[in-house]
Amino acid sequence: MSNVVQLPRWIDVGVLPLLNLLLALVVSALLVLAIGENPVEVVEILLYGAFGYDEAWGYTLYYTTNFVFTGLSFAVAFHCGLFNIGAEGQAYVGGLGVTLAALYLDFLPFPLMLVVGMMAAAIFGAAWAYIPAYLQARRGSHIVITTIMFNFIASSLMVYLLVNVLRPQGSMTPESEQIAEHLRLPFIHDMAAAFGIDMASSPLNLSFVYAIAASILVWMFIWHTRWGYAIRTVGANAVAATYGGIDPGRYIIIAMMISGALASFMALNEVMGVQHRLLIDFTAGYGFVGIAVALMGRNHPFGIFLAALLFGMLYQGGAELSFEIPTISNDMVVVIQGLVILFTGAMEHMFRPRVTKIYTAWRLRRDRMEAA
Amino acid sequence: MHQMHGTGETGAVQPAIELRGIDKRFGAVHANKEIDLKVDKGTIHGIVGENGAGKSTLMSILYGFYQADGGTIHVDGKLCDIKGSEDAIAAGIGMVHQHFMLVETFSVLENVILGVEGGAVLRDGVDKARVELERLEREYSLDIDPDAIVGDLSVGLQQRVEILKALYRGAEILILDEPTGVLTPQEADHLFRILATLKEQGKTVVLITHKLREIMAATDNVSVMRQGAMVADRKTAQTSPEELSELMVGRRVLLRLEKGEANPGATVLQVNDLCVDNAQGVRKVKNASFTVRAGEIVGIAGVSGNGQSELLEALGGIRSASEGSVLLNDQDVTPGKGVDAAELRKRGVAHVPEDRHRMAMVTGFTAKEAAILGYEDDPAYNNSILLDWHAISKATANMMLEFDVRPDDPDLKAANFSGGNQQKLVLAREIMRDPELLLVGQPTRGVDIGAIEFIHKRIVAMRDAGKAVLLVSVELDEIMSLADRILVMCDGVIIGEVSAAEANERVLGLMMAGVDPNEAKAVEGQA
Amino acid sequence: MENFELVILLLDATLRTSTPLILAALAGMFSERSGTINLALEGMMLGGAFAAAAVAYYAGSPWVGLLAAIAATIALSLLHGFACITHKGNQVVSGMAINILMSGFTALVGIALFAQGGKTPALDKASRFQPITLPGAEAVRDVPILGPIYFELLSGHNILVYIAFFAVPAAWWVMYRTRFGLRLRAVGENPGAVDTAGISVVLMRYRAVVCSGVLVGMSGAYLSTAQGASFLQDMTAGKGYIALAAMVFGKWRPFPALFACLLFGFLDAAATRLQGVILPGIGEVPVQLVQALPYVLTVILLAGFIGRATPPKALGRAYVKER
Repeated sequence: MSNVVQLPRWIDVGVLPLLNLLLALVVSALLVLAIGENPVEVVEILLYGAFGYDEAWGYTLYYTTNFVFTGLSFAVAFHCGLFNIGAEGQAYVGGLGVTLAALYLDFLPFPLMLVVGMMAAAIFGAAWAYIPAYLQARRGSHIVITTIMFNFIASSLMVYLLVNVLRPQGSMTPESEQIAEHLRLPFIHDMAAAFGIDMASSPLNLSFVYAIAASILVWMFIWHTRWGYAIRTVGANAVAATYGGIDPGRYIIIAMMISGALASFMALNEVMGVQHRLLIDFTAGYGFVGIAVALMGRNHPFGIFLAALLFGMLYQGGAELSFEIPTISNDMVVVIQGLVILFTGAMEHMFRPRVTKIYTAWRLRRDRMEAA
Repeated sequence: MHQMHGTGETGAVQPAIELRGIDKRFGAVHANKEIDLKVDKGTIHGIVGENGAGKSTLMSILYGFYQADGGTIHVDGKLCDIKGSEDAIAAGIGMVHQHFMLVETFSVLENVILGVEGGAVLRDGVDKARVELERLEREYSLDIDPDAIVGDLSVGLQQRVEILKALYRGAEILILDEPTGVLTPQEADHLFRILATLKEQGKTVVLITHKLREIMAATDNVSVMRQGAMVADRKTAQTSPEELSELMVGRRVLLRLEKGEANPGATVLQVNDLCVDNAQGVRKVKNASFTVRAGEIVGIAGVSGNGQSELLEALGGIRSASEGSVLLNDQDVTPGKGVDAAELRKRGVAHVPEDRHRMAMVTGFTAKEAAILGYEDDPAYNNSILLDWHAISKATANMMLEFDVRPDDPDLKAANFSGGNQQKLVLAREIMRDPELLLVGQPTRGVDIGAIEFIHKRIVAMRDAGKAVLLVSVELDEIMSLADRILVMCDGVIIGEVSAAEANERVLGLMMAGVDPNEAKAVEGQA
Repeated sequence: MENFELVILLLDATLRTSTPLILAALAGMFSERSGTINLALEGMMLGGAFAAAAVAYYAGSPWVGLLAAIAATIALSLLHGFACITHKGNQVVSGMAINILMSGFTALVGIALFAQGGKTPALDKASRFQPITLPGAEAVRDVPILGPIYFELLSGHNILVYIAFFAVPAAWWVMYRTRFGLRLRAVGENPGAVDTAGISVVLMRYRAVVCSGVLVGMSGAYLSTAQGASFLQDMTAGKGYIALAAMVFGKWRPFPALFACLLFGFLDAAATRLQGVILPGIGEVPVQLVQALPYVLTVILLAGFIGRATPPKALGRAYVKER
């Protein structure tokens, strides 16, 4: 067995994903060239738009917050061997939970509301994930298809509720009432101001801190608890799980509900933090970005945070881009997102044989030189 | 006799197949080492060797499934460059794989014509195929309905569809890879009759197996493989099972393990009229009743696929009982009703399952992760809500020391251990919990010789420590050397019990074929 | 009589709405029966719609646009195949990637080329597929019952509608009566059987995804050059997923899939017509419920409450030779 060269971790989780990412960016650059613009200029604008000024930072991290939640959501289900394509719908329904809590329990003081809102989001999101999870676990229905279907069902349901139930009387726009001012999540710039630090105003709010906490909790849960162990066992080998006394169905449901809850925390950021009301399609595809984020981050919370930051940067920088270069819209960001999923997800093994070959050759040469 | 089919070249018959210097590596594993092989035309040629000796790889190369790294293949004296199955088929080679290569949703006819449809539109070829198929079926008495859906057929019939496929393609040389592993004795007999007919018709048959009985009964010549190398060629009539087994393992096999008398105590496991159904609702275990006492090893013998696996899995809490009951130390632990594998572990049942990779471990996990499967709830491995990886590492290192697992690195991926070391780790995990009852299936499948002896000794040590052991194995040698009492299963029924003293291969063989035990013993008495 | 006309109009609309679904569902079927999951129908349809509209605009011919659409979707299918078949990548991920990629790509290139906010310029009559009046339609127009059925319902559609309905028996014939179909179905059930029969699994699966590309390209072209007169950003609006649902609902078989497409098309047509309609005894029809019905029905089917949908056995698994 000794001459089977196993790639060291730094290549496996570092070099390979970076190579794939690089390929995605090279293809994007070629596309920019094809449109007749200068890729270097595009990168400059992107970076300036994302980090170039105080306000930009806030926006970048605000997007990052959403992507951390949806990325974690995808990752937890993935560790259980499940493709949860339904983060979009789960977050949408989670938003309903937050909104209902904030509208109907508006007598609660803020600290209590913080907990109640979080729980409401989690319960609604988890409940929406529960049905596909149950059908997968107990009736063998393919979760990819059912979660896709549930995105559309959620979308129809929410349009119905917003148009017919939640819309305030007299209003023509299908959106809910504003939630009370004292129940909104504080903006980071306001919090900083309270400590006498001057920050440019941005949508970045308390939920960013919560996203970081959630990342740490997910990491502990997956790798340092017996439930996380059980979930990973089910994901890697369901037969072995059954043999070990771990009921795969039970953990499929648990993992999906946690996944749904994590996705729905995105609504904390959007509804309680920024929009302060429930809007149609407020999820805006962030759920799908979560797939790219998780795949790029190798389903590890630390990797997910880095990938979420990258996409936060692309989203914020992309807005700047369409402003500066009219021929390139911020759809460029969607293209990059698709390419990243393609190269780091679907074609993740493309470079592996070659890299293994190069690494093996290098190792053998080094061993020979050491021997000599 | 052979001359009739000879090539006519100055009397000397060309071998049907000649392999010269075939060499193949899979990464670090040297699966075939410079193999030379000659198979005479119109004979049945056996290739024996232990699991992993490289037999299947060699035949897969001959059939174009893999490419050899070196060496040449000659068919009927002509050099053949076999790059894929289509080249092998063109050279007149057919293969019946161990795992059938059939499309279960297709009819027999559709399966047979796949790849040789005889035209872009099916209709043209199908009628011709039907006629040809009926001729082949008559000629070799295969007895199959061409319109039956393959998924509905029994395993034995599916295998005949595979043979039919090869014959339909005009195969002159037929390779069968472990054909009897999944067959009942009756089906196996029928298969050998078919092979004899093939031989009469001048076809050449290559039979890969690790069962010496079959080699002795059915073949003309035999080649022995060991650890990737071809070690001997013999005329079957001029060799003996003893010589072949010695050639297979490389030294005299310790057929009987040194062990003392059993000293059975109280009944630990009592099984009453247990019935178990598989996922398709087919009853695989039918009214099994038996006991296992403390301080004895009870062996369950039988041809693979006769319900032993399902019985073991039910007792391990993985499958539910459909009827009957199971008592452990007089307490009801009938699997299914709230009793799963976790509950049974709590009550002192340890289980080493038959299939290591599919069931006993997650090969992508590290050794220490693999070492807690089933016991992850143990307080010793947990600090309140978090897993205590430090304690787990220590426990794993201890298991590795105690069971001589190499390399002794708890952080190495389970997949990177050899089969024997993986199995020792699984045994360590289960045995070191000091269980009341040890369920163990195929403990030495895919395990190297050195580890086999070690594993057998540990199982006997469990018995001597006063534990109850239930052993399931398809290797008769293993059953006979370990078990104190032997139960024989056939078609889901426990058809009888034989004590270790009166057990021999013939009696057990007859019982495994479904012969009543008293009759079997009587037949043996006459012999 | 008024009700009869209403029914005819509704069914007429059903044919129009189900056409792209039928083509895409058949596309999905070819790919999935060979073992490759095709979640990329949505993105491919979008890519096809864009290519058709953009090229038809420059060339002034819908046929050239159609060829461009098919070329584009074949290219996307090959990309999907390259990821899933050659590199054994995850088929679900690859499909999602193509959907997202195309959603951005079509808008990006649309803006770069035409600067109309992601739209393509409106196509004139010559650049679109026009309704075809079937022979004798005018003559029988006034015959009661049969007249409207022939004139309104069957006649007066564009060529792609007829192609779609013709494609169903054609696909059935190819799938069940030809060597190609036999091998394609075999490779989706047990690729090992195909490999040992001396047929290349990889090549077979590539051919299947190319078939898939041809069909889904036509459905894209239908959206932008037959039903509509230009490409609009994200104009597929989930039709690819509905087609996927219809394929699952039809248990991966051509005629049941056709039935599912007609049902889903009918629901879509009905939802449009029921907007704001107040039915006696029920009140205002919740249009969203009707719109969600295809998805709900598919979930119920998948849950096994109305028959079992058994997917091809090797679906979603790349072929790796066993050792």
